[in-house]
Amino acid sequence: MDAIIKGVPLNWYIILSAVLFCIGVMGVLFRRNAIIIFMCIEIMLTAVNLLTVAFSVYHNDSGGQVFVFFTMAVAAAEVAVGLSILVVMYRNTRSTDIDVLNRLRG
Amino acid sequence: MMQKYLFIILGVFAVLSALMVVFEKNPVHSVLYLVLAFFSVAGEFVLLNAQFIAIVNIIVYAGAIMVLFLFVIMLLNLNKETEPHKALWMKFGAVVTGGLLFLVMVSSLKVADSMEVQSLHSGIGTIQQLGKVLFTQFLLPFEVSAVLFLAAMVGAVMLSKKDIK
Repeated sequence: MDAIIKGVPLNWYIILSAVLFCIGVMGVLFRRNAIIIFMCIEIMLTAVNLLTVAFSVYHNDSGGQVFVFFTMAVAAAEVAVGLSILVVMYRNTRSTDIDVLNRLRG
Repeated sequence: MMQKYLFIILGVFAVLSALMVVFEKNPVHSVLYLVLAFFSVAGEFVLLNAQFIAIVNIIVYAGAIMVLFLFVIMLLNLNKETEPHKALWMKFGAVVTGGLLFLVMVSSLKVADSMEVQSLHSGIGTIQQLGKVLFTQFLLPFEVSAVLFLAAMVGAVMLSKKDIK
């Protein structure tokens, strides 16, 4: 057990989180379907969570993991409200295409 | 040594399934790939000895939130591949933007020294330890998050009601 759980460099976690975050950013710009854009935001949140947990373990401080717990709570609330906005939008425009929504432009 | 291999395998799984979320045409397949990505990240959490966060990640994300996404997709009848796509130059721009962001992040981290994460003897990720911290030091934010959920619930119900009197 002692030999198994030992030593992944902290840099690797940072790189993995950066990759996941950039995939999320790319996905938000890449797709027009609002549901997929929500999912890409979830990918970004997960990347940030992973990095926060890695730093929390590195500094031996459980405050980081509590913070990740709160991030997940806020993400769950955000998804509930966001998806209901999406349902209302679909009811009005019959599509989830975000380019249809450019009438919101000021 | 073994942990490094596990990290690499899980990381490759997470990155590939996240890419498939973006590039998959059918939204239902995207959701399923996202579940796979969340399971891989939960594996990374287990590797960090953060058991509580790993379990919460699986239950809340892969369980609750993804089911919510699937319900909405089924409800709106979007499980077809007929969605309109962005113009080619927009897609190209999106990929270039993501790549440039990644380049900036990695190049700014190049000068940082590498340190190993020692996750065995910490024990800070156990449910016991986190519960102690959560109910003493972070008790007020924990209660406030309940109010946040109430607000989110009321908001979701109000938004999806057909006619508000």
